[in-house]
Amino acid sequence: MSAADNQQAAKGQDTAARLLRFLLPLLVALVGTAIWEAVVRLGQIPPYVLPGPVAVIGTLISDWSVLSQSLGVTLLTTLEGFLAAAIGGIALALLFNQSKLLEYSLFPYAVILQVTPVIAIAPLLLIYLPQEMAVVVCAWIVGFFPVLSNTTLGLNSVDRNLAGLFQLYGASRLQTLRYLKLPSALPYVLGGLRIAGGLSLIGAVVAEIAAGSAGAGSGLAYRIAESSYRLNIPRMFAALLLLSLAGIVIYALLALTSYLLLRRWHESALGKEH
Amino acid sequence: MSEMGSLAVDLAGVTKVFDNGVMALGPLDLAIRHGEFVSLVGPSGCGKSTALRLIAGLAAPTSGRIDVSHRPGAERPGHAIGFVFQEPTLMPWTSVRENVRLPLKLAHVAESEADRRIDEALRSVGLAEFAGAYPRQLSGGMKMRVSLARALVTDPDILLMDEPFAALDEITRFRLNNDLLALWRSLRKTVVFVTHSVFESVYLSQRVLVMTARPGRIGAEIRIDVAEPRGEDFRTSTAYASYCREVSAALAPSYSGVSVL
Repeated sequence: MSAADNQQAAKGQDTAARLLRFLLPLLVALVGTAIWEAVVRLGQIPPYVLPGPVAVIGTLISDWSVLSQSLGVTLLTTLEGFLAAAIGGIALALLFNQSKLLEYSLFPYAVILQVTPVIAIAPLLLIYLPQEMAVVVCAWIVGFFPVLSNTTLGLNSVDRNLAGLFQLYGASRLQTLRYLKLPSALPYVLGGLRIAGGLSLIGAVVAEIAAGSAGAGSGLAYRIAESSYRLNIPRMFAALLLLSLAGIVIYALLALTSYLLLRRWHESALGKEH
Repeated sequence: MSEMGSLAVDLAGVTKVFDNGVMALGPLDLAIRHGEFVSLVGPSGCGKSTALRLIAGLAAPTSGRIDVSHRPGAERPGHAIGFVFQEPTLMPWTSVRENVRLPLKLAHVAESEADRRIDEALRSVGLAEFAGAYPRQLSGGMKMRVSLARALVTDPDILLMDEPFAALDEITRFRLNNDLLALWRSLRKTVVFVTHSVFESVYLSQRVLVMTARPGRIGAEIRIDVAEPRGEDFRTSTAYASYCREVSAALAPSYSGVSVL
């Protein structure tokens, strides 16, 4: 076998491996749903106990007008919470980086906010804030800490010699921040944002559940709670499916952003051959 | 010719005590003339790099006086000192060109003027066609050349080099030695070169200063009187061998009593 043949073979193997990574989970999903449907049909299980996948998809289609509206509400809450978390986390980290006194004074409270379960804070927030705002604040609380701690880590991970170089050439604080600290921190910030995206969705869902049926806002989690009271199990599954999909899409979008921003230089975004 | 007599770097009674109480340096007296190529050699931990950082102003001495003079009458934008670290110390997120631009950008040099100087600096280290490449795409030797171009782009009076070629393979190192000598001959900068290689110090410098073990002082001074330009034939000459022997002998007391195991 010549070298070219070898390379060709290796390339073929690579493509095959990639195809497998895509096809295998799909196969598992297909087999799983098939078994699920079979169990429901053969066991003659009524839909208010366990609906089959066909019934869930059916509900998704028939209830689409209600569900899509709820999806929109939840996504908007998540987006607002995520943006607030991103801006708040990065801004706070920058402040901490400029002033140690501020960091010492405030960082413990950021940690306390993080370790207190959001599900326990949500009912209180709902008392003191208008419901829509309380939901966004919940999404913000769970999302902002990973952004803050990752950005802080990134800003502190600047190469010592590069920092010396900036000092040697008399760089101002602003120049050091802009040309050295922010680019150095970018991979860490993006890692924090990737975590915050998923957490914002969780925060929004937690707040919606806590708001319960009293809420006028009607997000997907609210639909799940409502359907559970009405024993509309197929709709619960349909709403859950949409929540999962929303989470996947959010993660994929943030991962793609991260890749696009880092592909020219950062190890995490480089292929194996480099 | 008058400026040849004046000093580019003048250290008198300089000491450095680290925060943990360790006496790292001195008292150190050092006088380097304009246009001179001087090497500092010594055992690791003797304070060679600390001395360089003090000259650069990256650290403050505990006591003593440090004078770094500019070339008389030189009115140029940019900076008087160029520094080359042991590692290339490049910004991985941007291209070679932007890395070399950094000192000019920090000094607010106009774009067109900066572009001209960047081209010149990259040409002088033989990397003109790699301006658009990213640091990760370059070999270790090429990264070091970028680092050198960045130090040269401000047209500094003094070039401080902290074991710049220590991590490179021997062939690359020899090539960079020759290129550095050629650059020094054409640009006539003052160069202070820190190395732990006796062979490198003799090959490059007009004067080799041998430092003692910590706290580092100048233990011996060896003048390398060889007609310029030096080339590969100097590396194999008997004069070279005897200078190397002399520097090694001067270095030996620094290592005596120190276990090398």
